[in-house]
Amino acid sequence: MSETIGYILLTVGIVFDVLGCIGLVRLPDVYNRLQAGTKCVTLGTAAILLSVLFFTGFNAISVKALLCIWFILITSPTAAHAISRAAHRSGIRLWKGSVLDRYAEDREGAEDKP
Amino acid sequence: MNVYIGLLILCIFMCLYRVGRGPTAPDRTVAIDILGTLVVGFCAIWSIITKRDLYMNIAISWSLLNFIGSLALAKYLEGRGFDE
Amino acid sequence: MKRFIHFFIIMTVWLLLTWSLNWQELLVGVLVALFAELLLGDIFPIEGVRIFHPRRFFWLIVYFWVFLWAMIRSNFDVAYRVLNIYLPINPGIVKVRTKLTSDMGRTFLANSITLTPGTMTVDMIGDHLYIHWINVQSPDIQKDTEIIVRHFERILERIFE
Repeated sequence: MSETIGYILLTVGIVFDVLGCIGLVRLPDVYNRLQAGTKCVTLGTAAILLSVLFFTGFNAISVKALLCIWFILITSPTAAHAISRAAHRSGIRLWKGSVLDRYAEDREGAEDKP
Repeated sequence: MNVYIGLLILCIFMCLYRVGRGPTAPDRTVAIDILGTLVVGFCAIWSIITKRDLYMNIAISWSLLNFIGSLALAKYLEGRGFDE
Repeated sequence: MKRFIHFFIIMTVWLLLTWSLNWQELLVGVLVALFAELLLGDIFPIEGVRIFHPRRFFWLIVYFWVFLWAMIRSNFDVAYRVLNIYLPINPGIVKVRTKLTSDMGRTFLANSITLTPGTMTVDMIGDHLYIHWINVQSPDIQKDTEIIVRHFERILERIFE
């Protein structure tokens, strides 16, 4: 029974990983790639790590897997935030089909003042 | 299990495509960050197969080091010092 | 008291990581925890201790389920956009306003926004968050705040304020 749940979680995790990587290849600019990659790969890897709990039972391996889920859920969005901010500050423009960019407007306004 | 490992290797090759082709430096940084998260998943599957906790130790330290590496690359792209 | 709670948290993580009660492991754990506490105790956020109040802890558990549901929805959203041949995206960076004041509450809010449907935090200046949205629905600050931030903020206010 618990092995079945483990296989289901493992399949869901791998499918989301593959989807995230397809997004990484297909989408047009850095920010959209970061969206697809961060969300899908984070949840996919968390599901794979959770499936360890159902395969091995409650022991040293699964406790470490749960801690690893916690670390990934904290660190992955923070890294995405840092990379997107650095990309914007180093002058990478948004994709040409983008609608609006309030951040660039506000930053240019702030740089003109002093 | 072989199918799962094959699919993960496919993912890793898609990331490597983005590392090689990425038009700008942030694209490559994103791909490297995601590659690190995929390696954590790889370690988890390997620890299911072998039932040893050695691979989970690798996964934990890999996830933390990958985070620090991404932050360092982001700071480098921003062109500032490491003090902030 | 605050330092004791920090020591307790570090020691718990150490015990979970080693998963043994051998006296050598315990001795090294106590030494490492004391060392880490002496070095880094000052920059540990104060709000981290307040979470252990029972009422805040209850809302933390409620928040966890809301967050999990939003995260699963976001994954299906991204999957739909990626697999569609025409790439139905309409990206842009919008600006929203937050009412939270504590650092840890804001950190939780920014990370939650990154993991929920189609939105990603780019920067925070003062009270304003700049959010990259994969499908911009309106350029208005008030309306975007209602759509993106409000449902998380209601629960986070009860946890951290």
